[in-house]
Amino acid sequence: MRRYLLLRIAQSLVALLAISIITFGLSHLSGSPVDSMLPDDAGPEEAERLTREWGLDRPIHVQYFTFLGNALQGNLGDSLKWRGYTALEVVMERLPATIQLGGFAVLVSTIIAIPIGVLAGVYKDTPFDSAGKLVALLGQAMPNFWLGIVLIWIFAVKLGWFPTSGRGGFSHMVLPAIAMGWFQVAALMRLTRSAMLEVLDSEYIKLARIKGVPEWRVIWVHALRNAAIAPLTYFGVIAGVILTGSVVIETVFAWPGTGQLAIEAIRGRDYPVVQAVVLTFASVFILANLIVDTLYAYVDPRIRYG
Amino acid sequence: MLGPPDPNTAPVPARPSASRRLRLALRRFPIVSIFILFALLIFPAITADWLAPHDPIHGSVPDRRQPPVFFGGDWEHPLGTDRIGRDILSRIMHGAKVSLSISLVGIFFGGILGTVLGLIGGYFRGWLDAVIMRLVDISLALPSILLALVLAIVIGPSFQTVILVVVFVLWAFYARQVRGEVLSIRERDFVARARVSGSSHARIIVRHILPNVANTIVVLATLQVGSVIILEAALSFLGVGIPRPTPAWGLMVADGRQLIVSAWWIAFFPGLAITLTVFALNLLGDWVRDRLDPKVTQL
Repeated sequence: MRRYLLLRIAQSLVALLAISIITFGLSHLSGSPVDSMLPDDAGPEEAERLTREWGLDRPIHVQYFTFLGNALQGNLGDSLKWRGYTALEVVMERLPATIQLGGFAVLVSTIIAIPIGVLAGVYKDTPFDSAGKLVALLGQAMPNFWLGIVLIWIFAVKLGWFPTSGRGGFSHMVLPAIAMGWFQVAALMRLTRSAMLEVLDSEYIKLARIKGVPEWRVIWVHALRNAAIAPLTYFGVIAGVILTGSVVIETVFAWPGTGQLAIEAIRGRDYPVVQAVVLTFASVFILANLIVDTLYAYVDPRIRYG
Repeated sequence: MLGPPDPNTAPVPARPSASRRLRLALRRFPIVSIFILFALLIFPAITADWLAPHDPIHGSVPDRRQPPVFFGGDWEHPLGTDRIGRDILSRIMHGAKVSLSISLVGIFFGGILGTVLGLIGGYFRGWLDAVIMRLVDISLALPSILLALVLAIVIGPSFQTVILVVVFVLWAFYARQVRGEVLSIRERDFVARARVSGSSHARIIVRHILPNVANTIVVLATLQVGSVIILEAALSFLGVGIPRPTPAWGLMVADGRQLIVSAWWIAFFPGLAITLTVFALNLLGDWVRDRLDPKVTQL
C-alpha cells in the first residue's frame, strides 16, 4: 500500500510539473507583457528597463525556474486587472464559491443517481429501467449551458420559483447545481446500474437470499456496498467535469467563482491570473484523483498489489 | 421476487425463423438515430447552401424577433428570427455544417495522433511508453475548456483553433485504449511468427497489430462525435470557438441568452438541435460498440 501510494504521489507531481511548463509556455507564446503594460508614449529605453527588471531578457529556462521557484512559494505574480492583489489572492477569493456550487452539484446528483441506478439494476428491462435509460441518454446529450438557460427561462422567469442568477442563499444554488449535475446523474446512474447487475448475480447475494435476509436488506446493504466501488472511481472524473463545467455554468448564472474569473481574466488578458486559475484547477483535479485512487486501493486490495 | 430471473431455470429459446431474425435485427438497428442524424445533421450540412430558405449571415432588420410558426409567426420563418432578423432555421441548417466538419476533422486527426502514439507505446514499451503515458495523464488532467480559452487568446479564435483543441482533448483517449490492447496483442503467436519470418517492426505494427485494434478505434470515434459537438458548442458559446458571424449552434445559443425572456426561440431551437443530434449519436455509438467491441467504455 505504501509503495503504491508513493508511486501515485510521484506520478501526480510529474503531471503537475508538466502542467506548470505548459502554462508557462502558453503565457510566453502570447507575446511580451511589457508591450501591453507600458503606456503608449513610453520610449524603447523604458521598455528595455522593464524587460530587464522583470527578467525577460534572461534565457527561457532560467525564467522558467524562477517562475517555478516563485510558484512553489505561492507567488504567481500580481494581477494586472485587479490592482493591488496577487494572482493567487484573486483566485483564492473566488475558489470557495466554486467549491460550494460544485460540492452541492455533486451531492444532489449522487442523491438522485444512486437510488435510481440501484432500482434500474434491480428492475432490469422494466419500464422503470427504460425510463431511467432515457433520462441518462438525454442528460448526456444536453449541453449544460443550454440546459442552464432553459432552466432560468422556465423556473426563474416563467414560474418565479428561483432567482435567475447570482450568489446568495440556498435558492440561488438550485438551478446552477441542476444544470451542472445533470450530466453526472446520467453517468453515475449508468455506472451504478451495471455494477448492481454484476453484483446481484454473485454467489454471496444468493446466499444472503437463501439465509432469508429481507430483500430490501439484500439490495440496499449487501449489494449496494459492493456495487458502490465502481461509481467511487468516477468521482475523480467528476472533479474534472465540475471544474470544466464551472467555467460555463458560472458564466450562465453569473456565479462569482473561479470559472467566471477564468473568463474575465482571459478577456482582460490578465495572464498571471490565468496561470493561477489553470494551475489551481489542475492541482485540484490531480489531488482529487489521488484521493480517489487511494480510497480505491484501500477498498479493493487487488489494485495495490496489482 | 425482486431479483433478475435465474438463468438456470429460464427456458432456452429456439432458433428463430429467418423472417423473425430479420425483424429482430431491424428492431435493434438504431433506425431512429439514423433518421434524426440525417434529418438534423448530415442532410442540412450537405444541402444548406441550396436549400436554406434565407441568408444565414445577413438578416432583414424589420423582420427581427419574429416568433416561430405556431407561436404567432408565419411559414416565412418557421423557427422565427433572431435579434437582427436572421432566419433561425437557415442558421441551424448552416450550423450543422460547422458541427459536422469540426467533429469529423477533429476526430480524424485526434484519432490518428492517439492511435500512432498508442501503437508505438504499446509495441516498444520501455521509456518511450512511459513518456507517452505520462503525457496522456497530463492531457486528461488539463481542463479542456481552459486550455481552449488560453489557445483562443494566444492564436485567436477560429475554425483551426477549435480543431486544435479537439485534437488535444481527444488523442489521449485513443492512445490509452490502443496501447492497452497492443500490450496483449504483441504477446500473441502471430506477432512472434511475423517477427521470426523477418518482418520489420513497422510492418508488424501496420499489417498485424493495427487491424486488430481497428474495431476499438471505430467504436471510440463513433462514441466521441457527440461529445465533440458539445465541446465545440460550449467553446463557441463562451466566445472562444467559431467566430461570429458564422452560424454555429453554440454561438446561436449565446446570442439568444440575453433574450430568453422576450424571444425564447432564439436560444431554444439551436440547443434543441444539439440535444437531439447528440442523443442520436450516442444511441448509434452504443449500438456500434455492442456490435464491434463491447469492452470499450466511455464516460
